[in-house]
Amino acid sequence: MSAPTPVTVYVPRDSAATSVGADQVAAALVRAAARENHPIELIRNGSRGMLWLEPLVEVVTPNGRVGYGPVAPADVDALVAAGMFDAADHPSCVGVVDDLPWLATQKRVTFARVGLTDPLSPEDYLRHGGLAGLRRALQMTQADVVAEVTDSGLRGRGGAGFPAGIKWKTVLDCVDELKFVCCNADEGDSGTFADRMVMEGDPFLLIEGMTIAAYAVGAGEGYVYIRSEYPDAVATMRAAIDIARGRGWLGDDVLGSGTHFDLHVRVGGGAYICGEETSMLESLEGKRGMVRAKPPIPAIHGLFGKPTVVNNVLTLASVPSILADGARAYQELGVERSRGTQLFQLGGNIRRGGIVELAFGVTLGELVDGYGGGTHSGRPVRAVQVGGPLGAYLPRADFGLPMDYEAFAAAGAMVGHGGIVVFDDTVDMAAQARFAMEFCAAESCGKCTPCRVGSVRGVEVIDRITAGEHRDENLALLEDLCDVMTEGSLCAMGGLTPMPVRSALTHFPDDFVAREPNAATTTAPRGARTEGMR
Amino acid sequence: MNSTTKGEASVAVLVREIAAGHRTHRGKLLPILHAVQEALGYVPAEAVPVLAEELNLSRADVHGVVSFYHDFRSEPAGRTTVRVCRAEACQSVGAGRLVTHLRDRHGVELGETSRDGSLTAEQVFCLGNCALGPAVQVNGRLYGRLDEARLSSILDSAVSR
Repeated sequence: MSAPTPVTVYVPRDSAATSVGADQVAAALVRAAARENHPIELIRNGSRGMLWLEPLVEVVTPNGRVGYGPVAPADVDALVAAGMFDAADHPSCVGVVDDLPWLATQKRVTFARVGLTDPLSPEDYLRHGGLAGLRRALQMTQADVVAEVTDSGLRGRGGAGFPAGIKWKTVLDCVDELKFVCCNADEGDSGTFADRMVMEGDPFLLIEGMTIAAYAVGAGEGYVYIRSEYPDAVATMRAAIDIARGRGWLGDDVLGSGTHFDLHVRVGGGAYICGEETSMLESLEGKRGMVRAKPPIPAIHGLFGKPTVVNNVLTLASVPSILADGARAYQELGVERSRGTQLFQLGGNIRRGGIVELAFGVTLGELVDGYGGGTHSGRPVRAVQVGGPLGAYLPRADFGLPMDYEAFAAAGAMVGHGGIVVFDDTVDMAAQARFAMEFCAAESCGKCTPCRVGSVRGVEVIDRITAGEHRDENLALLEDLCDVMTEGSLCAMGGLTPMPVRSALTHFPDDFVAREPNAATTTAPRGARTEGMR
Repeated sequence: MNSTTKGEASVAVLVREIAAGHRTHRGKLLPILHAVQEALGYVPAEAVPVLAEELNLSRADVHGVVSFYHDFRSEPAGRTTVRVCRAEACQSVGAGRLVTHLRDRHGVELGETSRDGSLTAEQVFCLGNCALGPAVQVNGRLYGRLDEARLSSILDSAVSR
């Protein structure tokens, strides 16, 4: 009798999955397989993005990959005994993963491979359509590649939404021997994790996107600037770049085309402001991450004064499919001037958090109530912050808003990087407004006064309001301060900090009333951020 | 005195070695500082003039960079470092309770190292685990969906290791 063929079992290596025990689950599966004499081939994939199901174990069957989740390490033996390796039914079995409505109704373009493959397997990458975009690009002229990206309507996914093709054209038109492509992977916004999941789950995709950008604009050198808070993403990107170099996907002769492009990972220093593009460039140059005045724009005067493409991870990761399938296919997705798909990231107090990739135009309510299923605590949703710590807090009344750049701007909010953080009815919105100012004070680069000093004054004014001191006068002062910060700051850090503050004031005015003396307005001790102080 | 001089000398040797290893890199100060901190656990003040000389910068330039970034420490951390995410997504699911618990049960406020040098607590704004908060990082490893009991068990086993 021949040995049974090993069954293929997937356990994610994504750090969200390992944060809730995926490594221990994987180890327990290997032990159980040996004990039961049931050989398995264990593959550590990226995460499918259904984070509430993590660790999600998938077993390959003729009908597709059958999922079990969430699986605790202690559950493994019982699951295996119950026939998990034969995809037997069980209360924690979720069925064929691809058929789950949560996934099946999404439009996965950028995340097409994330969760399906072994992130560091170049064979997997090629098997799932990898490099098709780069191969096609290398057969086109540089100007045609740029035109394809422009025609797709792709806008910067980092938050500002600037058309990517226009930026690329500016760099292409600059005559210089040395040009750079820099990927902004300093994903510091709370509630966003799609950049991290691409880097951990499909790193070759980012490499391919950056290589296409480099070819299109004539850049020979690229940098991925990853925040130090993401050690797993740093390790995965570094490993993937080494593999890509070894395969000739990077280096002196990219895919035999004669194009030269090499790529390096740089690690940030724990400064939120380095997600601002000019501050990131300063940091890459080895300096303090101080914001630069614009103009000159980085496309013309960027890294070391050279023409530089600076794009977010998701922007660059969208490029391979645009080149592979054509601008038109991408352009057909979305609404108005927001084309293609957006990675919505559901986080905070949410029942089913994770990655929802959909064409622009889905409503906020469909995301929070539909995909998200309401709060994790089971209490009513009170406020939702969209677009990171500089984004607006929105009440339920705004759940009909379609997710597109212009509709959100018209409502005094922003889509930003697509992060959606849910709060239940226990949230204190004055505390959240205070936190926005406190965060700005902690993370301001200090170059301009409205941001550096305004944020400190903002904390003080909100404290006086909630202490009941001259409430009306202080509310007027806060409005005035918000005006100064919005109009007078050099970059979005100071310029957008008033957005969460004002939205909290507008939608939740009842929270800005006097409270008990000495009541804590935030949960951490004042001035708690002391790391890095000397 | 003798040991200080010796310590300074060995720091200088190490820093020069690290700088030499990064010679061909552009904008190398940050990667060098990360490497120094990885080797020593912090960036000692003695490293600053050495780096200034190696990179042809002023001491003020180097100090300015070291002090700008939250990551670089001027003193060694405790044997275990816990970084608690205090950003919005983790706030919404009770990150504040973990901060209180660290103070009450483990005797450290954020930004402090315990007296016996076993535990340093820091705050961090977002670890990218926003759907599985509250999240913390212990010695570089990410944990999610924490409550007070699980945090304590993770810390107790890390500290006793």
